[in-house]
Formats: sequence, structure tokens, C-alpha cells
Amino acid sequence: MTTTSAKDTALTQAALALGDDALVLSHRLGEWAGNAPVLEEEVALANIALDLLGQARVLLSMAGDEDELAFLREERAFRNLQLVEQPNGDFAHTIARQLYFSVYQHLLHAELAAGDGPFAPLAAKAVKEVDYHRDHAEQWTLRLGDGTEVSHERMQRAVNALWRFTGEMFQPVEGLDVNWQVLESAWLERVEDVLRRATLSVPEGPRTGAWSAGAGRQGLHTEPFGRMLAEMQHLHRSHPGTTW
Amino acid sequence: MATAAARETARSQAYDAPEGAGDITAEYQRAFDAAVAADERIEPRDWMPDAYRATLVRQIAQHAHSEIIGMQPEANWITRAPSLRRKAILMAKVQDEAGHGLYLYSAAETLGTSRDELLDKLHAGRQKYSSIFNYPTLTWADVGAIGWLVDGAAITNQVPLCRCSYGPYARAMVRICKEESFHQRQGYELLLALSKGTPEQHAMAQDAVDRWWWPSLMMFGPPDDESQHSAQSMAWKIKRHSNDELRQRFVDICVPQAESLGLTLPDPDLKWNEERGHYDSGAIDWTEFWEVLKGNGPCNEERLTRRRQAHEEGAWVREAAAAYAAKHTTARPGTSTSTSTSGETGMNGETGATRA
Repeated sequence: MTTTSAKDTALTQAALALGDDALVLSHRLGEWAGNAPVLEEEVALANIALDLLGQARVLLSMAGDEDELAFLREERAFRNLQLVEQPNGDFAHTIARQLYFSVYQHLLHAELAAGDGPFAPLAAKAVKEVDYHRDHAEQWTLRLGDGTEVSHERMQRAVNALWRFTGEMFQPVEGLDVNWQVLESAWLERVEDVLRRATLSVPEGPRTGAWSAGAGRQGLHTEPFGRMLAEMQHLHRSHPGTTW
Repeated sequence: MATAAARETARSQAYDAPEGAGDITAEYQRAFDAAVAADERIEPRDWMPDAYRATLVRQIAQHAHSEIIGMQPEANWITRAPSLRRKAILMAKVQDEAGHGLYLYSAAETLGTSRDELLDKLHAGRQKYSSIFNYPTLTWADVGAIGWLVDGAAITNQVPLCRCSYGPYARAMVRICKEESFHQRQGYELLLALSKGTPEQHAMAQDAVDRWWWPSLMMFGPPDDESQHSAQSMAWKIKRHSNDELRQRFVDICVPQAESLGLTLPDPDLKWNEERGHYDSGAIDWTEFWEVLKGNGPCNEERLTRRRQAHEEGAWVREAAAAYAAKHTTARPGTSTSTSTSGETGMNGETGATRA
């Protein structure tokens, strides 16, 4: 009994970690609606947001009721990476966040899809979506990095600013059978290659902040996250026990 | 068949027309009139009267702008949608609207204008968008009311446009109407869930319908005797029905739907007229309509400012894409086929954007 429930807990925790990443990033991308620099990006960003929301719904449903988990947990109970909760900033910040996360997510889902664990079926579908997300982020990193002087500078600032949130991605998540070290070196190789091709320099700062690495996974978040949840949950919480 | 042949003649002559052939324009005009009379489609390379072209540019641009501005009132609720299912539906809808804007700008471009030029006119306030989007979305139920009433009115207006005489516009409308009717059903279903929910939810739904009903009726435009473009547009078969005719059709559809929703419509004069076989309805406040059209509605300033801001703040991104395309055109042929127009066009072939 104890081993089964421990396993269930690990599965639930892993589902929450992956589901919260997708949920929170989807929400951030949703904030772009109506504000994108060009119409094609309205479509693209919404498209990515929808893919992520779809993934989040499957994953949260593996852990419980999707709406209860999304709308009734408080900040300290969310297991998403600090990276995905970072505010959109300018387009370069959004792209840098997308680049870091989608390269990670692609590698992670590819590995999960190849295994026979409980996340394999979801990962097999998600990896195809994330391949598009990654391509989108890489193409924009190249265009902004190797575009104009202004865009180069903005893109460099963005990759530098978010660099310190990238270390937490490789803290092992219980319930996920993944070789995190291999994942991390593959991630570094890919991201460094894209940055170089985009004529950007690889940031030199630490890849974790003063918080212990893996903070988001432990429910320790950054300040903007609370406000994001306040907005996201307000209506649902105002009408307890109703259906929509 | 005869008219098609005549049009064919006019078309071929249009390319090698000798200078100073005075009757030729009249001949083109006759071929055009015959094609319209025979319900044939006018295509981009066909001769068309200048006024027909100008009217279409104005109407299609206004339609495209409405899709783009129309994203704002709904996007206002994306981050607050009360369930993940509703959030996904709303995101998909706003994404569809951006897509509709893209179809429509493309249709307008077949008439010899460009998206950039049209957007500049929108931002400068020289081209309009639908007056309905100058109303605020104050509660979640407004998302449902927009789906049911605003999209419902749009469909009533737009289904006849699928038979519009200008081919590219008609074809865009076929695709758009399919998605719009889907949105309309989703809006109705959202309101139904609220109407059958708690008393608070029901009240929220009723309040939204009360606020959106009259503005939705105004979407059909001024009454027939005050509609300056109607007669000509109907003669050209751009429009197929008058404003008042379409408005009546919409009212007739909505009354029973409101009943099945368990909601009322805010018009004490609304009642079935046995003789006419239609619902009679109360008078529309045309003063409000003209004020909103003039820019004095609740959100005119905000909507346009937000749109301009998105465009201005995105300028450096578009410039970066163009600069990148210019640098890499020779290195990667085929990826930036249209650097002469805009860098982002070439770029988008490579991104996930085209999947939608």
C-alpha cells in the first residue's frame, strides 16, 4: 500500500510539475493577444499558447480536477519553473523565454516519449507540437539577434536576463525517469549553438539565482507570479462551486 | 456563357488596349455589367469600375480592421476565463479573428492596396472598423453575449457576402463564416451555462444581453433611407440585402433563441406581428450610433490607442525581420521571397504561424 501511494504521489507531483509549466506559460502567452508586433505573431503566439494549454489540461487531469488545480491552489502549491512565470517583457524577452523553455521541453518530451512510463503517450503528442514551438523561438532568436543593432541589443539583454532561471530546469523531478545530466548538456549545446548563429554571446552569469536551484518546483516563486494568479483565479474563486 | 465570352474579350483587350480607343472603356463597362448581371465572379485581373474597386477596398479593409480591433474586447477576458475549457475556446476564437484579418487583408491586396497601407489608415483614423467593438467587456458573460449576438449579427451580414460579386472577398467569406458560426454556437452555449447556473450567473448573463442587444442591432448599419452606399453596392451585387432587411432577419432569429436561453431582450416593444410574419421591435437610438461612429463611444480612444501601441512597439521586431531577410536572401534562397514588400512575409513561411 505504501509503495503504491508513494508511487502515486510521485506521479502526481510529476504531472503537476509538467502541467504547471504548460499552464503558466500558456497564460503568459495569452497576455500577448492583441499586442503582437505583427498579425502572423498574433496567430503564432496564440497557437503555441493553445498547444500548451491542451498539454496542461491532460497533465492536470492526471493529477486531479484540472479546474480545481488551476484555480484553487495558491502560489506556494504551484510546481512550475520560475522561468515560465516571468513576465512577457518585450518581444525579445518572450522569445528568449520560449527558446530556453521549448528546447528543454522538446528534449524532455522526446525522452519521455521514448520510454514506457505514464507520460509516454502525452509526450509523444506534445513533442510534435513543441518541435514547432522550438522552431518558432529559434527562428526569431536568429532574426532578432542577427537583425538590426537595436534588435541585437534587446535580444542579448533578454537572453542575459533570463539565464539565471535556466538551471532549475535540470533539477530532477520525482516520478520522471529522465537522465537530467544528459538533458542538460544537450540543452546547453543546442541553445549555445542557436545563440552563436544569432551572433549573440552566451551569457556568462550563473544559471541559478540566489534561491536554491529548483525553487519553482518546490513552490517558491518570484513576485510577479502571485499577481498573475490573482488575475487568473479571481473570477473562478468569486463563484465557488459553480460550473461554467 | 455569352457574358463570359464578352468579359474574356474585355480582359484580353485590357492588356493590349491601343491608346485613345474611346469606346473601349464603355465596352469594358458593358462586359463588367453583364458579368455582374449573370452572377459571375469578378476576379483581380478583370477590368472593374474605379468606384467598384474603391468601394470594395473600403469595405474589405473595414471588415479586416474589425477583426483586428475585435480581438481586444475578447482578449480582455483571456487571462480571467473561469475554466480551462473556456479559456481554450476563447483563445482559439481570438486566434481565429487574427486569421480572419489576414484573409481579409489578402483579399483587399488583390485590389492593388497593401496591408501596411491599410493598417496605416486604420491607425490614423482614416478607415473605420465596426462600431460594436467600441463597447467594453465588463463581465465574463460579455464574452458569451459577443459570441451569440455580435457574431450572430456578423453571420447574418456575412453569409450573403459569400455570394458577393468580387471573387476573392466571397471566397474569404466562405471560410470566415464557417468559423464564425462555430463561435456563435459557443457563445450561445456559454450564456446557456450561465443562465442555468446560480442566480448570480444568471444575472450576469442577463446584464450582458441587456448591454449588447442594441449595439448588435446597430451592426447592420443605418436605416435604409440613410445608408449612403447601399443602393450602389446592391446594384454591384456586393450587398445582397438592405440593412433593415438583415436587421429584421436577425431579430426574428434572436427572439426564440433568447427564449430558449431563458433570457429576455431589453425591448418592451418587441412582439410578434402576425400580419408581417415578423417581430416588431422598438426604435434604435441612432444618436448613440452616430456618436460611436464619430469616435465618441465608450472605448474608441482606448481601442485605437492600444492598436497603435502594439504596432509602434512592434516596429523594431518587423525591422529586425526585414534586416535579417535582406542579409540572408542569397544565403538561403526561397526563405525570403518577398523582401521587397516585407521581411516578415518571407519569415513566416518557416515558423509555426502557418499551421493555424
